Amino acid sequence: MDLVQLQRQLVDYRTSLYHEGFLDEQFTQLQSLQDENNPDFVVEVVSLFFEDSERLLNELSKALEQQVIDFKRMDAQVHQLKGSSSSIGAHRVQKLCIVFRNYCEAQNVEGCLKCLQQVKHEYGIIKTKLESMFQLEQQILNAGGSIPV
Amino acid sequence: MARNGGVAWMRTTEKIDGYDLSTSDTEEVHVLAVDDSLVDRKVIERLLRISSCKVTAVDSGRRALQYLGLDEEIQKKETNGFDGLKVDLIITDYCMPGMTGYELLKKVKESSAFREIPVVIMSSENVIARIDRCLEKGAEDFIVKPVKLSDVKRIIDYTTTELREGEQRGARARRRGINKRKQREGDDDLSSSPPSTLSSSTSSSPSSSIQSATAPLSPSTLDSPTRRLKMTSSE
Repeated sequence: MDLVQLQRQLVDYRTSLYHEGFLDEQFTQLQSLQDENNPDFVVEVVSLFFEDSERLLNELSKALEQQVIDFKRMDAQVHQLKGSSSSIGAHRVQKLCIVFRNYCEAQNVEGCLKCLQQVKHEYGIIKTKLESMFQLEQQILNAGGSIPV
Repeated sequence: MARNGGVAWMRTTEKIDGYDLSTSDTEEVHVLAVDDSLVDRKVIERLLRISSCKVTAVDSGRRALQYLGLDEEIQKKETNGFDGLKVDLIITDYCMPGMTGYELLKKVKESSAFREIPVVIMSSENVIARIDRCLEKGAEDFIVKPVKLSDVKRIIDYTTTELREGEQRGARARRRGINKRKQREGDDDLSSSPPSTLSSSTSSSPSSSIQSATAPLSPSTLDSPTRRLKMTSSE
């Protein structure tokens, strides 16, 4: 695939992520903060988001396996996940966290379990999609091109 | 980029009066950013650097107090924090484990050494009662997360304006001080200095009157979009 095709593919891919509600305008904000002097800013922030999210999802899984479930602690953890997903524009994950928090507040175990599964699923999707997008960007850079805005 | 514009602007200010106006050691605004989220710390750091600020980012209210030298359990080593840099602005998250941003705000505003430092609160929750409580405690502004560059730029703009006005007031006070001394030495009282809040100050040194002249809340905070409660799609 030549450079122009790669660039077009990236723009189309990115547009679809917004269109399908995976990403929102906060992601655009982050991209606007990147420049020649800080070319890896978005990748770095998103990597932190991945680390943070995986840690939180693990803790939430463990919390729901306990005899006595600490809903307050879970709520705090979901709040953290909601915050970081909002900060990078991971729209679907953020929305699910809001629902999750409601179940925590209601101390609804079934609701929490279901929500956790959904969040894990959505998180998996956005992680794959962002990694694909970064790979496309790297291909463009390797081909000597610049990443279209 | 914005960085160059910011620094050049500050240099111009110093030349206006022809006096040495350096009340701070650096030209850039030094911001202490407080947030327990690693992702948010990285983002706010970048936003502040783009806005031509020096940034120190810490992960808790406790560490923020330690940096300022306000932590009761740790002996103050220096008056201005670990690396001696004066803090011009504090931006803190509201919801943090341990000490909340509100509690940090209270401690800063209750301290005689640091109460003049403007404190801005960030929160993902757009709750009127929370915003009001923070503003009443002396917060400069309240930003609803996720934080955007326009939010940060607005805050840095009026912080630097207040700092500059503080310095200019200081310079005017110093000039008035010099004039008054000359008048006392001379015969005539040809005082042409305009009446000001500073001349009625009971403190003798001009530097402390700079502190009292700083407005606690600038008019621009009332115009802040957050004060008008922007409707976010979340919650």
